[in-house]
Amino acid sequence: MNAPDPHVLLDKAARGTPEPLARRVRGLSDRAIAWLFIAPTIVLLLAINIFPLIWTIWLSFTNYRANRPNAAVANVGIDNYVSVLTDPDVWAAMQATAHFLFWTIVLQTVLGFTLAYLIDRRFRGYGFWTTVILIPMMLSPAVVGNFWAFLYQPQIGLFNYIVSFFTGIPPSSFEMIGSVNLAPWAIIIVDTWMWTPYVMLICLAGLRSIPDYIYEAAEVDRASRWRQFWSITLPMALPFIMLAVLFRGIENFKMFDMVNLLTSGGPGSTTEVASITLKREAFEKWRTGYSSAFAIVLFVTVFGLANIYVKALNRVKNR
Amino acid sequence: MTAISQAHSVVAPSPLSQRIAGAIVIVYALITMVPLAWIFLTGFKSGPDSIAYPPKVLFTPSAEGYCNLFTTRSRQTPEYVAQMPPTSGVCDSLARATNMVVVGSSNYLPRFVNSLIIAFGSTALSVVLGVTAAYAFSRFRVPAKDDLLFFILSTRMMPPIAVAIPIYLMYRDVGLSDTRLGMILLYTAVNVSLAVWLLKGFIDEIPREYEEAALVDGYTRLQAFFKVVLPQATTGIVATAIFCLIFAWNEYAFAVLLTSGEAQTAPPFIPIIIGEGGQDWPAVAAGSTVFLLPILVFTVLLRKHLLRGITFGALRK
Amino acid sequence: MKKLIAAASAIAISAMLAFASAAQAQTKTITLCWAAWDPANALVELSKDFTTKTGIQMKFEFVPWPNFADRFLNELNSKGKLCDLMIGDSQWIGGAAENGQYVKLNEFFAKEGIKMSDFMPATVTGYSEWPKNTPNYYALPAMGDSVGWTYRKDWFNRPEIKNEFKAKYKRDLAPPKTWDEFKQVAEFFQNRTIDGKKVYGAYIFTERGSEGITMGVTNVLYPFGFKYQDPKKPYVMNGFVNSPDSVKGLEFYKALYKCCTSPGLTNAYMQEGLDAFKSGQVAMMMNWFAFFPGLYKDPNVGGDKIGFFINPSEKTKGVQLGGQGISVVASSPNRNEALQYIKWFATPDVQKKWWSLGGYSCLKSVLQDPGFVKSAPFAKEFLESMDMVQDFWADPSYAQLMLAMQKRIHDYVVADKGTAKEALDLLVTDWTKVFKEEGKMK
Repeated sequence: MNAPDPHVLLDKAARGTPEPLARRVRGLSDRAIAWLFIAPTIVLLLAINIFPLIWTIWLSFTNYRANRPNAAVANVGIDNYVSVLTDPDVWAAMQATAHFLFWTIVLQTVLGFTLAYLIDRRFRGYGFWTTVILIPMMLSPAVVGNFWAFLYQPQIGLFNYIVSFFTGIPPSSFEMIGSVNLAPWAIIIVDTWMWTPYVMLICLAGLRSIPDYIYEAAEVDRASRWRQFWSITLPMALPFIMLAVLFRGIENFKMFDMVNLLTSGGPGSTTEVASITLKREAFEKWRTGYSSAFAIVLFVTVFGLANIYVKALNRVKNR
Repeated sequence: MTAISQAHSVVAPSPLSQRIAGAIVIVYALITMVPLAWIFLTGFKSGPDSIAYPPKVLFTPSAEGYCNLFTTRSRQTPEYVAQMPPTSGVCDSLARATNMVVVGSSNYLPRFVNSLIIAFGSTALSVVLGVTAAYAFSRFRVPAKDDLLFFILSTRMMPPIAVAIPIYLMYRDVGLSDTRLGMILLYTAVNVSLAVWLLKGFIDEIPREYEEAALVDGYTRLQAFFKVVLPQATTGIVATAIFCLIFAWNEYAFAVLLTSGEAQTAPPFIPIIIGEGGQDWPAVAAGSTVFLLPILVFTVLLRKHLLRGITFGALRK
Repeated sequence: MKKLIAAASAIAISAMLAFASAAQAQTKTITLCWAAWDPANALVELSKDFTTKTGIQMKFEFVPWPNFADRFLNELNSKGKLCDLMIGDSQWIGGAAENGQYVKLNEFFAKEGIKMSDFMPATVTGYSEWPKNTPNYYALPAMGDSVGWTYRKDWFNRPEIKNEFKAKYKRDLAPPKTWDEFKQVAEFFQNRTIDGKKVYGAYIFTERGSEGITMGVTNVLYPFGFKYQDPKKPYVMNGFVNSPDSVKGLEFYKALYKCCTSPGLTNAYMQEGLDAFKSGQVAMMMNWFAFFPGLYKDPNVGGDKIGFFINPSEKTKGVQLGGQGISVVASSPNRNEALQYIKWFATPDVQKKWWSLGGYSCLKSVLQDPGFVKSAPFAKEFLESMDMVQDFWADPSYAQLMLAMQKRIHDYVVADKGTAKEALDLLVTDWTKVFKEEGKMK
């Protein structure tokens, strides 16, 4: 995009700005502007992110319950943290979350990158079809979870019938969200359906950023397509792939809406991911102190993991 | 500024490999569309058709789904229905056919409007705050800049439920519970970190020479910002706006915990639309379809910016 | 960029205009909050009389059962102003009373001459009192309810089915009186083809998220001998919750789930049952009496095709209490108008009309009227059931107790984790922890 001619703009600006304001505004120093621009954001984040975080930390050392505002609040030291870390139900939830996280990342990365690579071949109409693939990620995860529960019904839902059509097994012989073995896969499938386009977009950006001349050089050296892929395409797209993994990882660690509406964490607690357990503790049992400790534990976990991962990502980017 | 490269192979992919690639992608796209097509179709089925087993692919369309979505009805005795004045429209006649009477409009439209106000409001605010903060981080020496930036990003790492615990208490005490303003502030706070991060990437890409030239010519910093930098950052702003909008539009956890009769948005409302028996699937499908439309239109119109947005946000840290 | 701002402003402005034009009317309006089900629709109809008599407009906020507790307990805890009147679940009364969320009604009742002795004692204890069995009232009994059963009378009456059953089991096919009889009937109908479609024996509650599977399993547990605590020593649960009888009962519920229900109903509560029964999928359905008026009127399965029977017995009889009382929310700005509604609702004429519209009145004069039993095909069963009801804990920590039982029961029955004894033992541990935290146990 061409930069506008400063002289023309200056003229327009001079004529457009009312005199007193112009003089005052012109007077603002760089420093003042910097603070003016940053302060609102920092204030908002302090009020809605940091202050509540500190409050949560404080709550985690108490036995406060939000539905008993009049009850006495006592300091319980690290009791809540001990409870959280020794609760087998919490560990089961973390396991369910880890299983979900692992498989969704693997599937979405493989599918997303493959799609990006194929789209990069620039076949006819690729723009249109790319937009079509993007649609699932624009839906509300809660609405998606609710609707897929309908699709997964063995009697009246579409999913079993399609599987039956292709494999011949009778539709009511298996149930995706009712069976202990299949429910974890049910949520993985829905998440992959929704978010593969997101990974695809990032990988596509990565593929597009690889400059021509590297491939030209490889052609001159008579490297095969296969070789080119493994030694040029994949390594140069790797930072982007890793970035997609980071974003999807953070998001899926926090997963709540879709799974809650699809399975309610069931059957039993098979798909009860960490956020669902947290919600039950905080907003159904109203054990505010305990769930604050749980929230801090979750935050520290994801923060720590993200930190390590980002360091690795930076190393990959800078090599 | 490194432009997005064009075809990156001297020898373009062979027509055959292009066609194969195309075929695979098209098949994937069609498969992905099946659930969406099913939702769309279900919005036009009658109640019994939607829960028929085996599922019906061919059916006679009915306006029941959309009618049920926008109205509330109550069941009356056949005698009562018989003595009512003549019907006044499609939805009325549909209801009378099963001895129901339309008694008013449903809560869907108010929820949809709430979604509009809260989502667009918070997006606008996020973009304004984001672009200004990003400019400052990009151009000025801010103390502890890298730490501040990582801190801003890390605010996105808490699960929404965890964030909701103190916010719930805070809003209750301050009176922001179940208010549109409260939700706008909350969504903005969540989105602004992404906005700052993305927009800083874009603004970093805009060569400082343009601003320097403007400053030399007598512009103030502010004028340079508005007249030189902002127009060039349009792509980034649009891409950021799309991401912020998608998040705020589709958000569920905060909405379900912090809103009630006044400020509730559509996502908590749609899954609890029930008819006389179980969930009113045609109405739920209709509600989901209507809810998807604004985002769909917005994103399709601005899809080029979306792709560029991902690129830049991704390339920089 | 400019276009974007213009578009955004246009949308924002039109949205705000739309909102503004929906501004409130000037007359007094109060909001009643309840669950979204058939009786709620009947109440809307009934309340028109209140508006005619007092000029106060009524607004309603109804939320489906699976989200009802979540949404409205949240509302109460956040001191919301949405609800003036709340028809809250019977188990909320402990928490709402102790946390000052419901208005105590004793003075109002005394002033208006509303006597609790005019209402069925089980409903007064179940829906109004806290602590239980003390004369402290926080609600007016509004909706009497318990779990009951419907069955396809038309199928039971088919000669070929009757004969086959008699040949197999050496007794007549009839609504079961004991759980053993029930299982036989359910197995008999399971996977049978009737009118060209495969049908299933029974529908039972299995919902995980709110209270479904607990409200289902207690109907087997109570008759098998399950008790919440030692009748002589409150909160002593070991040996009562996990007694051998209770274990047998829990195993029986699981056996029913595995042998005799439709596939896919792993998270099903009231509405799915109605769907299953109305679409001709099951021979017998567990559900709340609240739905029976609507079912009787259903064009597909109502009338002669439907029959009703009370919860089967085993060692003893028992059935899960449902029902709600109507309360005034303490943080409501319209307390006087809300109290007026309660006064109007308590009058015998209104209670009689309530029953005729499909609501279950708790007023003695309505239920003990000689014409009552004939007034509906399920009226007799309702009276019998209300004689044998038991309720879940109504302690302030009710939600934690419920969530614990939901988890342990669903884990065992649906997710095949562990044995029945283990599930109940874990439940005792869970509940003990809760009561210790509450200071009710040492």
